[in-house]
Amino acid sequence: MTASQQSAHYVQSRIPVFPRSVKGRFRHIKTGILILAYSVYFLLPWMPWSRDIGPDQAVLFDIVGRKFYIFDLVVYAQDIFWLAGFLIIAAFLLFFVTGLAGRVFCGYFCFQTLWTDVFIFIERLVQGERNQRMKLAGAPWHTKKIILMGTTWLLWLLVGFITGLSFTLYWGDAQALVVEFFNGQAPFPAYATTLFLTVTTFVMAGIAREQVCTYMCPYARFQSAMFDKNTLVIAYNESRGERECGRCKPDRQNQSREYRQQQGLGDCIDCGYCVQVCPVGIDIRNGLQYQCISCALCVDACNTIMDAIKYPRGLIRYTSENQQGTVWQRWFTIKNIGYALAILVTTALLIVSIAGRAQHELHIQQLRQPLYVVQSDGRIQNRYTLKLVNKENRPRRFEISIRDFADAELDVRPEAVIDIEPGRQVTVQARVFSVHNQQSAHTRRFEFIASSGDDVTLRESATFFYPE
Amino acid sequence: MSEDKQKRTVQTTGHAWDGDIQEFNNPLPTWWLWGFYLTVVFAVIYWFLYPAWPVGEGYTKGVANEIEYVTAEGKTVKTHWNTRALYQQELQMARQKQAEYQQQLAGKSYKEILSDPGKREYAFSVANVLFADNCAACHQDGGAGLAGMYPNLVDDDWLWGGSFEQIQASISDGRNGSMPGFKKRLSEQQLDDVSEYVLSLSEQHRHPAMAKRGESIFNGDGGCFACHTKAATGNPAMGAANLTDKIWTVAVVDPAMSYTEKKDAVKQVISNGIKRTMPAWKSRFNELEIRMLALYVHELGGGE
Repeated sequence: MTASQQSAHYVQSRIPVFPRSVKGRFRHIKTGILILAYSVYFLLPWMPWSRDIGPDQAVLFDIVGRKFYIFDLVVYAQDIFWLAGFLIIAAFLLFFVTGLAGRVFCGYFCFQTLWTDVFIFIERLVQGERNQRMKLAGAPWHTKKIILMGTTWLLWLLVGFITGLSFTLYWGDAQALVVEFFNGQAPFPAYATTLFLTVTTFVMAGIAREQVCTYMCPYARFQSAMFDKNTLVIAYNESRGERECGRCKPDRQNQSREYRQQQGLGDCIDCGYCVQVCPVGIDIRNGLQYQCISCALCVDACNTIMDAIKYPRGLIRYTSENQQGTVWQRWFTIKNIGYALAILVTTALLIVSIAGRAQHELHIQQLRQPLYVVQSDGRIQNRYTLKLVNKENRPRRFEISIRDFADAELDVRPEAVIDIEPGRQVTVQARVFSVHNQQSAHTRRFEFIASSGDDVTLRESATFFYPE
Repeated sequence: MSEDKQKRTVQTTGHAWDGDIQEFNNPLPTWWLWGFYLTVVFAVIYWFLYPAWPVGEGYTKGVANEIEYVTAEGKTVKTHWNTRALYQQELQMARQKQAEYQQQLAGKSYKEILSDPGKREYAFSVANVLFADNCAACHQDGGAGLAGMYPNLVDDDWLWGGSFEQIQASISDGRNGSMPGFKKRLSEQQLDDVSEYVLSLSEQHRHPAMAKRGESIFNGDGGCFACHTKAATGNPAMGAANLTDKIWTVAVVDPAMSYTEKKDAVKQVISNGIKRTMPAWKSRFNELEIRMLALYVHELGGGE
């Protein structure tokens, strides 16, 4: 037992990460995606849209009215399985992309990454570049530190608040809700949601940061199951970077690449830029690590250095195990083709389902307690509950009748003519009477018809039961 | 080099068993530890605010957590926080919500309720539950009834009348149906004859001569017509069954039975008589509930 082992730490505090800024191809792509995502997220609730009936807001999730307005699509509560379809597509898309190119979602699209990016940007704007921030963090609390830290936190809170408020605006009439919100008249859930998202945004993007990815995110952990030898990862070219004698900082002698190659020195000049820009605080030169979110900022950093010292680019780059070795890179493995097919099939089904959605619905439910009843004139009676839904933007008058049942009589209560307001549903009771003769089969199929004007005819088949 | 290697090996907790079995040390992140402390703080605050510790026969009730609710009887109860009180509070809120609808229904005629989809559906859903809880024990699920015992409410035959008001009276005040037995007043042959006649009114029968004799007993000595009327169409005022329709609500006559079985079933009722009781529900239901039930039952069988 050595003394150091005796005093083993059972708790490990977070080593703060101060990512340095970098310019380059992947940084540009990430910034572009960030601007696009933010524009959509923050502006969508304000987008106007004209509808005959309903709100003039392009996207509105109306929980109270049980309707989701998404541009020209109005989603009713009974269409909620579309959400399942959408989520299945999203999941398979994630698997597909992960199979092909690794953690691109984490690196470019995940809101944890996006918001952390913005928070780091604010941090840099207020406190300065990496070394200044490190110095400030280490310094004792003095007025300047309080002002700088306070400003940073205030700006973070502001971004968090706008984030939370924007989310809330999707669930109500945005323009009215904003006014109500600041007048103190908005409903309680609006304040609760905004507060919750303000706090979580502040904590996750400002304080927890990379810990969310390493400790909390389940996707970060199970996606390794989707990795194979063809998956793109960000990797350091060790054979080029280290050669026989390892990496070393350049001095007066070994600045030229030719000289280094002769000496067996690696191309890596150990400048540490790739480590400084890493938002999760790892050294990519140690190989693939579970913390890596494939943000590719180290690629930009290394390429910047390689350009500056006129070495070829690509010491750190996107690659796969197979690409690095001698085996041919295979994009279309059975797994990826399977994911792609699953995406195509689900998308096709969802499109068919949405495109073929009915504006009106007729549902028949037979009352089976009792299944049939003998009437005083000896005829048999069956009863049904009819539910009519009108999803159209105008009122409809439906007339109920039956077909393929010549000798039967229909009695709809309270009336066979039903008026339905737009977006409403009405339930009525229908009774069907039929003469029972010994030759009749035990059951008989027929159709209920609900017709409205010349353009809408709903048919739904039903069964009539006779005594056995 | 050796130092470097030591750094890379996993830390152990320093305990060793059997000489060489050691335990890896995987340090917890600090935020996790703070989360743990937070739960401890939470627990202590919880002890003060909510019922927590058993003390003697009772328990600590917590402070500043009073719940107040009004029972169905209008009694206001104040108590410390507990889930039963929360449930009572929810019930109170549900009653308040129901009251809005009930006010809309109060004083409205049956026709008005029926023609308004919102009111109609509210009345039906309330009555559906009331029926299942109170009526279905005898009248069965969906009002199918039990042959010979409890009337079928789904057919179009109404022993005591099928208007809204008659159904409401049946539920509110109950009904006492009573048919005397005739085995002392009529001979065996006469009972057979009357049974044949009653059967002949709605079913295929075999002995026209017997039925003819039966008819004269029915409208004469037997005195059946006094309740069932001369046309044998019954009298809803006293719950006398209509004998001419195809529905048997008192005698257990089933289409699947043979002629003799049917006749025996009819004769059994004529000989022994029958008493059937529907209890009065006005002590269990309020007037609106009875009206909603009447509406529901009316719509079950289509009413009259």
